[in-house]
Amino acid sequence: MVNRLKKFFSGTYLGLMLVFLYAPILILIVYSFNQSKTLGNWTGFTFDWYVQLFRTPEITDALVVTLSVAAISSIVATVLGTLAAIGLHAMKRRDRLLLENISQLPMVNPDLVTGISLMLLFLFVGLRDGYTRLLIAHITFNLPYVIFSVLPKLRQSSDMLYEAALDLGCTPMQAIQKVVIPDIMPGIVSGLIMAFTLSLDDFVISFFAGNGVDNLSMYIYATARRGVNPALSTIIFVPVVTLLLIVNLKSIREERNAELQSKKVGLKR
Amino acid sequence: MKQTKSIKEKLAKGMRIRRSVFAYPYVLWMAVFILAPMLLILYYAFTNDGGITVENIVQAASWDNLKVLIDSVRFALYTTILCLLLGYPVAYLLSQMKKTSAALLSVFFIVPMWMNFLLRTYAWKVLLSAFTKILYTESAVLLGMVYNFLPFMILPIYTTLIKLDKSYIEAAADLGANPAKTFLKVVFPLSMPGIISGVTMVFIPSTTTFAISQLLGGGKTMLYGDLIYMKFITEQSWSTGSALSIILLAFVLISMTFMKKAERTTSDEGGGRLW
Repeated sequence: MVNRLKKFFSGTYLGLMLVFLYAPILILIVYSFNQSKTLGNWTGFTFDWYVQLFRTPEITDALVVTLSVAAISSIVATVLGTLAAIGLHAMKRRDRLLLENISQLPMVNPDLVTGISLMLLFLFVGLRDGYTRLLIAHITFNLPYVIFSVLPKLRQSSDMLYEAALDLGCTPMQAIQKVVIPDIMPGIVSGLIMAFTLSLDDFVISFFAGNGVDNLSMYIYATARRGVNPALSTIIFVPVVTLLLIVNLKSIREERNAELQSKKVGLKR
Repeated sequence: MKQTKSIKEKLAKGMRIRRSVFAYPYVLWMAVFILAPMLLILYYAFTNDGGITVENIVQAASWDNLKVLIDSVRFALYTTILCLLLGYPVAYLLSQMKKTSAALLSVFFIVPMWMNFLLRTYAWKVLLSAFTKILYTESAVLLGMVYNFLPFMILPIYTTLIKLDKSYIEAAADLGANPAKTFLKVVFPLSMPGIISGVTMVFIPSTTTFAISQLLGGGKTMLYGDLIYMKFITEQSWSTGSALSIILLAFVLISMTFMKKAERTTSDEGGGRLW
């Protein structure tokens, strides 16, 4: 009885917190199918908001900018960052610690300060192009996340593999490509995913470092007073949730399978 | 024999140095896009018409600006406390569940972290203006901040709690402690490292938040981030803006060292206090 009561209360509490976290977005999504312009006044079902969404060039442009900047910046950051991690890992302790500390700066720095510092640099060197500015800014703040998700994998893997590959006649480049990279692949992939999602989500750094070319966050900020097309929330929410659920469910299932496997192995013994 | 070995060693050493070459493109990137911009902020903060000066810092540390910083810290503190009060039970209840259902449910608590933060804040703006009268008040800003930072409190506490060795809890029960006492004397102290990293992940970003106060406070609540924005963009006063950024950075670094220290002492004591 006490147990059931406990379960009831804990379930209610978790449920309420989930409502708190999801209600605003879900209400916006529901509202995106509503004919009326005002919330809380249901006048009929419509796809008008969605039609309008794809007919608003500012939104489609911002969508393209967001996705392309996220894709390019995360890939560049992953390549640069993985190579950097491999290089850092092979360095002398003192050099490595110095560089690792500087690398942490964008993670420690408030986004506001990172954004402003980049803005100052772009103004100083006279870089005007808004898209290039966004790309550089996003690559810069993505890099440390890639480096620090690859470095632990490098520490787990053995240096012997690399040396063995060299002994067997690989050039350093081949050894990296054929031996080291496959070994640290999980770190690279999680770095890439993290970089991609961070880039999709960024507002503050883009807002200060950018110049005239808006990503979705900047668009929402600029139009918040007039009102943002609620269909946008569906466009952003549904893919992100689906992607995250797929990734996480897969890892949960793998974990469970591994658990079952280890139990089976235990039984055999 | 010895000689060949040393040649081989030298070669291997040579290869080692060669491998660090892979970091060079990044080091160059870092120098240009991380270090140089920070040096620019320092330059603007500490120079005036080409001469070195602390005047900008002194000016930026005016009472009016410090009041804004204090206000931001107050907001960040409220946010942190509310996130802890709301988030700790979530993390605790999740950690008490069966492993697979907890893993699934915890995903739902973390997903909002990955959703466009501006859109989520905007959603609250729409909701508050349609159903309540608190839009453009301090409560609205606070609500938006708690909403945005809550997952960052839940996640680290949850990860600490699931790693917690269950035999401590069993031992406490065996020694006659009731569940409440077990929680207070065993579980809570042992989850301290998670609490501290949650507090760090909420307090520091919420001190420097920008945009939440503008969207939900309607410009009535001025936080430190808004002040820096105003100096740079509206007033185009780069030296004052840079000086304000330096003050913020100093504040963040000090709070972080403080938290790190707290983390170290609790993780030491957490083990020690048990015995």
